[in-house]
Parts: sequence; structure tokens; C-alpha cells
Amino acid sequence: MQAKTVNSNYKKLEQKSKYTNMFLRWFLYFVLILFASYFIFPLYVMIVTSLKTMEEIRQGTLLTWPSSLNFDSWLVAWGGRGYGAGDTFLRPYFWNSIKMVVPAVFFSTFIGAMTGYVLTKWRFKGDSWVFLFLLFGCFIPFQAILLPMARTLGALGISNSIIGLVVVHTVYGIPFTTLFFRNYYVSIPTELVKAARIDGAGFFKIFFKILLPISAPIIVVTVIWQFTQIWNDFLFGSTFSFGEAAPIQVALNNMVLSSTSVKEYNVDMASAIIAGIPTLIVYVLAGKYFIRGLTSGAVKG
Amino acid sequence: MFKWLEKNLPKIVLTPAVGLISWFVYGFVLWTFYISFTNSKILPKYELWGVGQYVKLWASRKWLISVDNLLVFTALFLILCIVIGIILAIFLDQKIRAEGVLRTIYLYPMALSFIVTGTAWKWILNPTLGIQKMFIDWGFENFTFDWLVNREMAIYTIVIAGVWQSAGFVMALFLAGLRSVEDEIVKAAKIDGAGLFTVYWKILIPMMRPVFFTSFVILVHISIKSYDLIVALTQGGPGISTTMPALFMTQAAFHKSQVGLSAASAMMMFMAVAAVIIPYLYSELRRENAS
Repeated sequence: MQAKTVNSNYKKLEQKSKYTNMFLRWFLYFVLILFASYFIFPLYVMIVTSLKTMEEIRQGTLLTWPSSLNFDSWLVAWGGRGYGAGDTFLRPYFWNSIKMVVPAVFFSTFIGAMTGYVLTKWRFKGDSWVFLFLLFGCFIPFQAILLPMARTLGALGISNSIIGLVVVHTVYGIPFTTLFFRNYYVSIPTELVKAARIDGAGFFKIFFKILLPISAPIIVVTVIWQFTQIWNDFLFGSTFSFGEAAPIQVALNNMVLSSTSVKEYNVDMASAIIAGIPTLIVYVLAGKYFIRGLTSGAVKG
Repeated sequence: MFKWLEKNLPKIVLTPAVGLISWFVYGFVLWTFYISFTNSKILPKYELWGVGQYVKLWASRKWLISVDNLLVFTALFLILCIVIGIILAIFLDQKIRAEGVLRTIYLYPMALSFIVTGTAWKWILNPTLGIQKMFIDWGFENFTFDWLVNREMAIYTIVIAGVWQSAGFVMALFLAGLRSVEDEIVKAAKIDGAGLFTVYWKILIPMMRPVFFTSFVILVHISIKSYDLIVALTQGGPGISTTMPALFMTQAAFHKSQVGLSAASAMMMFMAVAAVIIPYLYSELRRENAS
């Protein structure tokens, strides 16, 4: 008898917890979706706005779907309206950014890989101090180097040029690339290198024949990290370049801030999407590596 | 000769990195440090002038507003990012359907530049055609949302956009932290009769202390250096109501010919970052040595 009541009580309790569980579950999804809409909202607004005409923008709201898929703003943002002075558009600056990013990513990654290799596989007394010495570069606020950098670029005759920006991004990328490669190579058994040395392999042969072939994951992480950082940089771009040598983020900002009589929000949004698309594509295609880089090198503003 | 070269090859390979960082990081910071003690205007002067620039800096109304803004921004940015980050991480950790999709959505703003983010939010927050109009068109006729052009409130628009950009990242850090906890610990607690809430509140969240620490350092670091977002969203305005130290520094250096003053402001930023980073590096190193 008693056992029966306990049993039925237990069942009631279970029933009740089933309902609370279901309620909690719904609540969970509700909150998650609420936040998802907060995060997706600006992207949605950007895309929708870029496809509307100015007339539609004035009549509808942020969320209104465009009446037709109208890519005119995209064409204007990318290639201009075709009249001379004052017609700013992104195409040349997009290529500036490509010309800046590719060599800067390559050099900083290569130097980081070699440095990480030496610091882990050719250890010497004080090597961890050298690492710390380099690592410190990840943390400095760049404001503390802007003034002398501007003077140095001037003295080298490469201020306001893409080469100048390549130099700047290569140098300030080294602490991060070194950090990535050093932490990766530390986990690779040194016996591998020792055996190769006994077999008579030299410094470069060991690097290119043994380490480089197994470095693919960390190369991907580093390249993505550097690509995103350099593509998205505004501080260096806006300080060390102007006019025709400017990278895309600087051009985007100038375009949006330029005070023409009528503000064309659709063109602004199309420009913002164009400036953001390369890094977004990388993120969507290689999110896993993107996040790995983020969590290990993120102390950069 | 060849033998020497072979023996020292590793160190030679190290020279580009060490040389470049010595010059471009340490040399430059020292140069800025030195210049902050001179009376440099348009061009750097090298006669020492004492702490005059620092006195001038801390007497400047604009600098005081910058610091004030930085404190408000950092506090809100930190709290909101961490609270949202933890909530999302814990909720996502409940064997959610479509977790991958949600995670991707929460984190994609990290892939965008602050200029793109600022441009988008500037459009959304503009009073004439943005959110305000949306609510008015929906029938809330007296709805006003003019923070972007309101001196008192403009700083909070930077918080909204900044949190939007970085909260997903904190979520990723915490999710990784939660996933690295052994299942056994949670199971044992449940056998002891602890509910899900207790498991998180009493066991898992306290275990996340290193993640809190890391997020704190990264977020403070981001906020001290915030520059792009302000340029894109408010340019420090209306008036100078949303100016921040990084903006103060570049304006003094490149628009107002106050090289000495800007060097002093840069050094203040440097010290603020150092105050957060050095304890962090120290504890990280200790942890690495301990393990």
C-alpha cells in the first residue's frame, strides 16, 4: 500500500519534471533564437538595404523586403557612376588591399614559422626569454608606435604606399605568427629532428622536409588569422596612407563619411558588404581554423 | 667560416624577427616614451621638458572625457559580453539542435572589421530612417531612439555595436571551457542529487575561472584600443561626447600638431594595457611551468 503511494508520487513528480523540462527546453530555444536574431539583424538589414532603391528605403522600414532584387547599388559601390571627379568607388581599393594582404601574410607567416622552428627545435640557452621578448609585441597598444612608425616610413620613402603597409603589417604580425608556430612545434617530438640530424640532414632540410609537410593545420590557422587582421585593419591604413594608396577599410570609411547632398544608404550598405565579404567567406569556409586562431591569438585589438 | 655559419645558422635565422621587433616595438615605444617628456609640437624636439605634457594631458577636458568614456564603455562592454557569452555557452551546451548554425551566427561578427560593423550600426541607429522609424511605422508614434545623436547616450551606441561584435567570441571561449570539463564530474554531482542549475552555479562556473580571466584581459585590451568603431560610428561626436583615448591620441598626433601631448597619451594607454597584461602573462607562465 505504502509502496504504491510512493510509486505514484514518484510518477507525479516525474510527470511534473517532464513538464518543467519541456518548458525549460522551450525557454532555452527562445533565448537562443532571440540572440541569434540580434546577431543576424544587422547583416539582414545590410543586405536588404543594399538591394533597395532610395525611394523604397524612405517608404519602408529597416526590415521591409525589397520589391525587386536590384543590384545597382552594388555596381555603383564597386565601379562608380562613371563620372570623373568625386566619384569614389571601391574597386581600386579592393585591389590595394589584396596587394597589401598577400605579401604581408606570406612574409609574416614565413618569418613566424622559421622563428617558431628555431625556438623549439634548435633550443639554446635563453630561448624562452627570446620568445617572451617577441611575445610582448602582441600586447602593445599600437598608439605607442604610430608616431615613430610614420617618421620611419617617411625616412625610408615608403610612406603612403602599399609597400609601407606591407612592411608595417609584416612586422607587427611576427609576434602572433611566432606564437602560433612555436606553440604548434612544441608539441611535435624533438626525437624526429634529432634522428634526422644524426642522418646528416641540415637546418633547412629538416625544416622543409620534416616540419613543413606536417604544418598544414597551423599554416591555415596563421594565414587566416593574419588575413583577417590585415584585411580588417583600419588604424595603420588610415594613419599611413591616404588617397590612392588606401586599403579598402579606409576607402569604405571615406565613402560613408563623404557628405554629398543626398546620403545613399543603399550604396553605403553595398560597400560595407563588399568590404566584409572576403573575411566572411573565409569564416564560413574555415570556421574551425578561424576560431582556433581566435582563441590562441586574440589579445590583439 | 662554413663551420661557424653552420653552427650559428639557427641564431642567424632568428635575427630578422628579433631585429625587427627590437627596433619596431621596443625602440619605438622607448622613442615615444622619450618624446612624451619633450615639448614637441609639429615635429619632435629632443630637449627634455619634464612632465609638462602629462600635466597638460590630465588638465585637458577632452582627455578627461576620453578617460571617463573609456571607463563607462569598458565596464558595460565587459559585463554585457561576459554575461551574454556565458548564457549562450551554457544554453548551447544542452545538446541543442542546430548548434553549429547558431554558433556560426553568434560568432560571424568577429570576422568583420569594426568599420563594417560601425557602418551597419550607424545606419540602423540613425533616427530618421533607422530603428526609430521602424517602430513609428509599426504604430508606436511617440517612439524615440536618437542615442546616436544624443550627447548623453551616444556612448551607449558604441557599447551596443561593440558587444554585438565581441560577445560571440566570449561564448566560444566559454563553450570550449565547458566542453573540456570531464563528464565524470558532472555525473558524480548529479548522482549526489544536484540539479542542473546547481551543477552550473556551484561547480562548472567556478571551474571556469581561467576563462573569465582570459576574457577579461582580452576584452579590456580591445576596449582600451578601441578606435575604428568610434571613427565609423560617431567620429567621437556629437561634439566630443564619445571621444576615447585612442582617438585623442591620433587626433593630437596627426591633426593638431601636438606630438608631445599625443606621445604622453599613448604612454598612458601603454601603461593601462601593461597593468592588465603583465599580471596575465605572469599567471599564464606560472601555470605553464606548473604543468
